[in-house]
Amino acid sequence: MNWTFAEFWHMGGYGFYVWGSYGVTFVLLAIELVVLRKRIQRNETAA
Amino acid sequence: MTARTIHWFWYASPQTFFPLAGKIARVCAVLAVLLGIAGLYVGFFVAPTDAQQGESYRIIFIHVPAAWMSMFLYVVMAFWAAIGFAMHTRLSGMMARSLAPTGALFTFIALWTGSLWGKPTWGTWWVWDARLTSELILLFLYFGFMALQASIDDRRRADRAGAVLAIVGVVNVPIIYYSVNWWNTLHQGASVSLTRAPTMAKTMLVGMLLMALCFWMYSIAVALWRVRCEITENG
Repeated sequence: MNWTFAEFWHMGGYGFYVWGSYGVTFVLLAIELVVLRKRIQRNETAA
Repeated sequence: MTARTIHWFWYASPQTFFPLAGKIARVCAVLAVLLGIAGLYVGFFVAPTDAQQGESYRIIFIHVPAAWMSMFLYVVMAFWAAIGFAMHTRLSGMMARSLAPTGALFTFIALWTGSLWGKPTWGTWWVWDARLTSELILLFLYFGFMALQASIDDRRRADRAGAVLAIVGVVNVPIIYYSVNWWNTLHQGASVSLTRAPTMAKTMLVGMLLMALCFWMYSIAVALWRVRCEITENG
Protein backbone atom coordinates (compact mmCIF):
# COMPACT_ATOMS: atom_id res chain seq x y z
CA MET A 1 0.00 0.00 0.00
CA ASN A 2 1.27 3.43 -0.96
CA TRP A 3 -0.52 6.01 1.14
CA THR A 4 -0.19 9.74 1.12
CA PHE A 5 -0.33 11.19 4.62
CA ALA A 6 -3.90 12.46 4.11
CA GLU A 7 -5.09 9.15 2.65
CA PHE A 8 -3.64 7.29 5.60
CA TRP A 9 -5.69 9.31 8.12
CA HIS A 10 -8.77 9.25 5.92
CA MET A 11 -8.68 5.42 5.55
CA GLY A 12 -10.98 5.45 2.57
CA GLY A 13 -13.67 7.25 4.57
CA TYR A 14 -13.41 4.86 7.51
CA GLY A 15 -10.86 6.89 9.48
CA PHE A 16 -13.16 7.39 12.46
CA TYR A 17 -13.83 3.66 12.81
CA VAL A 18 -10.30 2.42 12.13
CA TRP A 19 -8.49 5.02 14.28
CA GLY A 20 -11.20 4.84 16.91
CA SER A 21 -10.41 1.13 17.23
CA TYR A 22 -6.63 1.45 17.20
CA GLY A 23 -6.58 4.58 19.37
CA VAL A 24 -8.75 3.18 22.16
CA THR A 25 -6.86 -0.14 22.12
CA PHE A 26 -3.52 1.64 22.38
CA VAL A 27 -4.71 3.96 25.16
CA LEU A 28 -6.18 1.08 27.20
CA LEU A 29 -3.02 -1.03 26.93
CA ALA A 30 -0.96 2.04 27.91
CA ILE A 31 -3.20 2.66 30.94
CA GLU A 32 -2.79 -0.97 32.03
CA LEU A 33 1.00 -0.63 31.79
CA VAL A 34 1.05 2.68 33.71
CA VAL A 35 -1.17 1.30 36.49
CA LEU A 36 1.01 -1.81 36.74
CA ARG A 37 4.20 0.24 36.77
CA LYS A 38 2.86 2.36 39.64
CA ARG A 39 2.00 -0.81 41.56
CA ILE A 40 5.53 -2.18 41.02
CA GLN A 41 7.11 1.10 42.15
CA ARG A 42 4.86 1.22 45.23
CA ASN A 43 6.01 -2.29 46.15
CA GLU A 44 9.65 -1.37 45.63
CA THR A 45 9.46 1.66 47.90
CA ALA A 46 7.56 -0.35 50.52
CA ALA A 47 10.16 -3.12 50.49
CA MET B 1 18.66 -37.67 39.26
CA THR B 2 21.42 -35.84 37.53
CA ALA B 3 22.47 -32.31 38.34
CA ARG B 4 21.01 -31.13 35.03
CA THR B 5 17.46 -32.22 35.80
CA ILE B 6 15.08 -29.28 35.71
CA HIS B 7 13.36 -29.01 39.06
CA TRP B 8 9.89 -28.05 37.85
CA PHE B 9 8.31 -28.12 41.26
CA TRP B 10 11.02 -25.81 42.53
CA TYR B 11 9.23 -23.06 40.62
CA ALA B 12 5.89 -23.88 42.25
CA SER B 13 7.12 -21.83 45.20
CA PRO B 14 6.38 -18.10 44.82
CA GLN B 15 9.81 -17.04 46.07
CA THR B 16 11.73 -19.09 43.52
CA PHE B 17 9.30 -18.20 40.73
CA PHE B 18 9.74 -14.46 41.33
CA PRO B 19 13.09 -13.91 39.52
CA LEU B 20 12.18 -16.34 36.72
CA ALA B 21 8.90 -14.48 36.10
CA GLY B 22 10.82 -11.21 35.81
CA LYS B 23 13.19 -12.63 33.19
CA ILE B 24 10.40 -14.18 31.09
CA ALA B 25 8.34 -10.97 31.32
CA ARG B 26 11.20 -8.85 29.99
CA VAL B 27 11.78 -11.16 27.00
CA CYS B 28 8.05 -11.26 26.21
CA ALA B 29 7.72 -7.47 26.46
CA VAL B 30 10.52 -6.97 23.91
CA LEU B 31 8.95 -9.58 21.61
CA ALA B 32 5.53 -7.91 21.97
CA VAL B 33 6.94 -4.57 20.79
CA LEU B 34 8.76 -6.14 17.82
CA LEU B 35 5.78 -8.29 16.78
CA GLY B 36 3.45 -5.30 17.18
CA ILE B 37 5.57 -3.13 14.90
CA ALA B 38 5.79 -5.95 12.33
CA GLY B 39 2.06 -6.67 12.56
CA LEU B 40 1.04 -3.02 12.14
CA TYR B 41 3.46 -2.63 9.24
CA VAL B 42 1.99 -5.64 7.43
CA GLY B 43 -1.55 -4.61 8.40
CA PHE B 44 -1.33 -1.06 7.09
CA PHE B 45 1.39 -1.08 4.43
CA VAL B 46 1.48 -4.58 2.94
CA ALA B 47 -2.08 -5.92 3.15
CA PRO B 48 -4.23 -4.64 0.26
CA THR B 49 -7.57 -2.84 0.46
CA ASP B 50 -10.46 -5.29 0.88
CA ALA B 51 -12.61 -5.56 -2.24
CA GLN B 52 -15.90 -5.53 -0.31
CA GLN B 53 -15.22 -3.58 2.87
CA GLY B 54 -12.61 -1.07 1.71
CA GLU B 55 -10.27 0.10 4.45
CA SER B 56 -12.70 -0.58 7.32
CA TYR B 57 -11.59 -4.22 7.39
CA ARG B 58 -8.21 -3.11 8.87
CA ILE B 59 -9.92 -3.22 12.25
CA ILE B 60 -9.52 -7.01 11.91
CA PHE B 61 -5.87 -6.79 12.94
CA ILE B 62 -6.86 -5.96 16.50
CA HIS B 63 -10.44 -7.24 16.63
CA VAL B 64 -9.76 -10.92 15.93
CA PRO B 65 -6.53 -11.25 17.99
CA ALA B 66 -8.24 -9.45 20.92
CA ALA B 67 -11.26 -11.77 20.69
CA TRP B 68 -8.97 -14.82 20.62
CA MET B 69 -7.07 -13.55 23.66
CA SER B 70 -10.28 -12.82 25.55
CA MET B 71 -11.34 -16.47 25.28
CA PHE B 72 -7.88 -17.98 25.64
CA LEU B 73 -6.99 -15.96 28.74
CA TYR B 74 -10.25 -16.99 30.36
CA VAL B 75 -9.45 -20.68 29.83
CA VAL B 76 -5.92 -20.22 31.22
CA MET B 77 -7.32 -18.27 34.19
CA ALA B 78 -9.87 -21.01 34.91
CA PHE B 79 -7.13 -23.64 34.53
CA TRP B 80 -4.94 -22.01 37.20
CA ALA B 81 -7.96 -21.39 39.42
CA ALA B 82 -8.85 -25.11 39.15
CA ILE B 83 -5.28 -26.21 39.93
CA GLY B 84 -5.29 -23.94 42.98
CA PHE B 85 -8.68 -25.29 44.02
CA ALA B 86 -7.53 -28.91 43.77
CA MET B 87 -3.93 -28.68 44.97
CA HIS B 88 -4.04 -25.68 47.33
CA THR B 89 -1.04 -24.10 45.64
CA ARG B 90 -0.89 -20.41 46.42
CA LEU B 91 0.90 -19.48 43.21
CA SER B 92 -2.00 -20.85 41.11
CA GLY B 93 -4.47 -18.44 42.69
CA MET B 94 -2.03 -15.58 42.10
CA MET B 95 -1.78 -16.60 38.42
CA ALA B 96 -5.56 -16.61 38.03
CA ARG B 97 -5.86 -13.18 39.67
CA SER B 98 -3.08 -11.78 37.50
CA LEU B 99 -4.73 -12.88 34.27
CA ALA B 100 -8.22 -11.52 34.95
CA PRO B 101 -7.68 -7.77 34.32
CA THR B 102 -5.83 -8.38 31.04
CA GLY B 103 -8.52 -10.84 29.94
CA ALA B 104 -11.23 -8.31 30.74
CA LEU B 105 -9.28 -5.66 28.83
CA PHE B 106 -9.05 -7.77 25.67
CA THR B 107 -12.73 -8.68 25.97
CA PHE B 108 -13.61 -4.99 26.08
CA ILE B 109 -11.30 -4.26 23.13
CA ALA B 110 -12.94 -7.07 21.11
CA LEU B 111 -16.40 -5.60 21.84
CA TRP B 112 -15.30 -2.01 21.23
CA THR B 113 -13.54 -2.67 17.93
CA GLY B 114 -16.39 -4.97 16.88
CA SER B 115 -18.83 -2.15 17.48
CA LEU B 116 -16.76 0.29 15.44
CA TRP B 117 -16.54 -2.30 12.68
CA GLY B 118 -20.22 -3.18 12.86
CA LYS B 119 -21.42 0.38 12.29
CA PRO B 120 -19.97 0.83 8.78
CA THR B 121 -20.45 -2.81 7.66
CA TRP B 122 -23.73 -3.87 9.32
CA GLY B 123 -25.20 -0.43 9.88
CA THR B 124 -25.46 -0.87 13.64
CA TRP B 125 -23.18 -0.49 16.68
CA TRP B 126 -24.71 -3.42 18.50
CA VAL B 127 -27.15 -6.30 18.08
CA TRP B 128 -28.24 -8.82 20.69
CA ASP B 129 -27.13 -11.80 18.66
CA ALA B 130 -25.46 -14.94 20.01
CA ARG B 131 -21.83 -14.00 19.32
CA LEU B 132 -22.01 -10.48 20.71
CA THR B 133 -24.14 -11.40 23.70
CA SER B 134 -21.95 -14.35 24.76
CA GLU B 135 -18.83 -12.17 24.45
CA LEU B 136 -20.52 -9.55 26.66
CA ILE B 137 -21.27 -12.30 29.20
CA LEU B 138 -17.55 -13.14 29.12
CA LEU B 139 -16.78 -9.54 30.10
CA PHE B 140 -19.20 -9.82 33.02
CA LEU B 141 -17.60 -13.14 34.06
CA TYR B 142 -14.21 -11.41 34.26
CA PHE B 143 -15.74 -8.52 36.24
CA GLY B 144 -17.54 -10.99 38.51
CA PHE B 145 -14.32 -12.91 39.15
CA MET B 146 -12.41 -9.72 40.01
CA ALA B 147 -15.22 -8.33 42.19
CA LEU B 148 -15.58 -11.62 44.07
CA GLN B 149 -11.83 -11.81 44.69
CA ALA B 150 -11.76 -8.22 45.90
CA SER B 151 -14.74 -8.63 48.21
CA ILE B 152 -13.31 -11.50 50.31
CA ASP B 153 -10.50 -10.56 52.69
CA ASP B 154 -9.26 -14.07 53.41
CA ARG B 155 -7.01 -14.91 50.42
CA ARG B 156 -7.62 -18.65 50.62
CA ARG B 157 -11.40 -18.27 50.64
CA ALA B 158 -11.26 -15.63 47.91
CA ASP B 159 -9.25 -17.98 45.70
CA ARG B 160 -11.67 -20.86 46.27
CA ALA B 161 -14.77 -18.75 45.59
CA GLY B 162 -13.13 -17.23 42.50
CA ALA B 163 -12.19 -20.70 41.27
CA VAL B 164 -15.79 -21.93 41.41
CA LEU B 165 -16.97 -18.92 39.39
CA ALA B 166 -14.12 -19.23 36.88
CA ILE B 167 -14.65 -22.96 36.33
CA VAL B 168 -18.44 -22.67 35.92
CA GLY B 169 -17.93 -19.75 33.52
CA VAL B 170 -15.75 -21.85 31.21
CA VAL B 171 -18.90 -23.26 29.56
CA ASN B 172 -19.36 -19.83 28.00
CA VAL B 173 -16.13 -20.08 25.97
CA PRO B 174 -17.23 -22.84 23.54
CA ILE B 175 -20.60 -21.06 23.32
CA ILE B 176 -18.82 -17.91 22.09
CA TYR B 177 -16.63 -19.87 19.71
CA TYR B 178 -19.38 -21.95 18.11
CA SER B 179 -22.15 -19.33 18.41
CA VAL B 180 -21.76 -18.38 14.75
CA ASN B 181 -22.42 -22.01 13.75
CA TRP B 182 -25.14 -22.84 16.26
CA TRP B 183 -27.33 -19.77 15.76
CA ASN B 184 -28.19 -17.44 12.94
CA THR B 185 -26.12 -14.40 13.70
CA LEU B 186 -25.12 -11.18 12.00
CA HIS B 187 -21.53 -11.99 12.88
CA GLN B 188 -19.60 -13.80 10.17
CA GLY B 189 -18.19 -17.28 10.70
CA ALA B 190 -14.56 -18.01 11.49
CA SER B 191 -12.14 -16.80 8.81
CA VAL B 192 -9.36 -18.94 10.23
CA SER B 193 -9.79 -22.50 11.45
CA LEU B 194 -7.59 -25.53 11.97
CA THR B 195 -9.59 -27.70 9.59
CA ARG B 196 -10.03 -25.45 6.56
CA ALA B 197 -7.83 -23.19 4.48
CA PRO B 198 -8.21 -19.56 5.63
CA THR B 199 -10.73 -17.56 3.63
CA MET B 200 -8.61 -14.43 3.42
CA ALA B 201 -5.64 -13.00 1.54
CA LYS B 202 -2.30 -14.30 2.74
CA THR B 203 -0.89 -10.91 3.72
CA MET B 204 -4.03 -10.13 5.74
CA LEU B 205 -3.63 -13.45 7.54
CA VAL B 206 0.07 -12.79 8.24
CA GLY B 207 -0.74 -9.36 9.70
CA MET B 208 -3.44 -10.84 11.89
CA LEU B 209 -1.23 -13.67 13.17
CA LEU B 210 1.61 -11.22 13.95
CA MET B 211 -0.80 -9.09 15.98
CA ALA B 212 -2.11 -12.21 17.73
CA LEU B 213 1.44 -13.16 18.73
CA CYS B 214 2.03 -9.57 19.88
CA PHE B 215 -1.04 -9.77 22.15
CA TRP B 216 0.12 -13.15 23.44
CA MET B 217 3.53 -11.78 24.40
CA TYR B 218 1.96 -8.65 25.88
CA SER B 219 -0.42 -10.76 27.99
CA ILE B 220 2.35 -13.04 29.28
CA ALA B 221 4.54 -10.07 30.20
CA VAL B 222 1.77 -8.16 31.98
CA ALA B 223 0.44 -11.24 33.79
CA LEU B 224 3.92 -12.17 35.04
CA TRP B 225 4.64 -8.63 36.23
CA ARG B 226 1.32 -8.75 38.05
CA VAL B 227 2.18 -12.14 39.60
CA ARG B 228 5.36 -10.56 40.94
CA CYS B 229 3.26 -7.83 42.57
CA GLU B 230 0.98 -10.48 44.07
CA ILE B 231 4.00 -12.33 45.48
CA THR B 232 5.43 -9.15 47.00
CA GLU B 233 2.09 -8.10 48.47
CA ASN B 234 0.77 -11.47 49.67
CA GLY B 235 3.77 -13.82 49.60
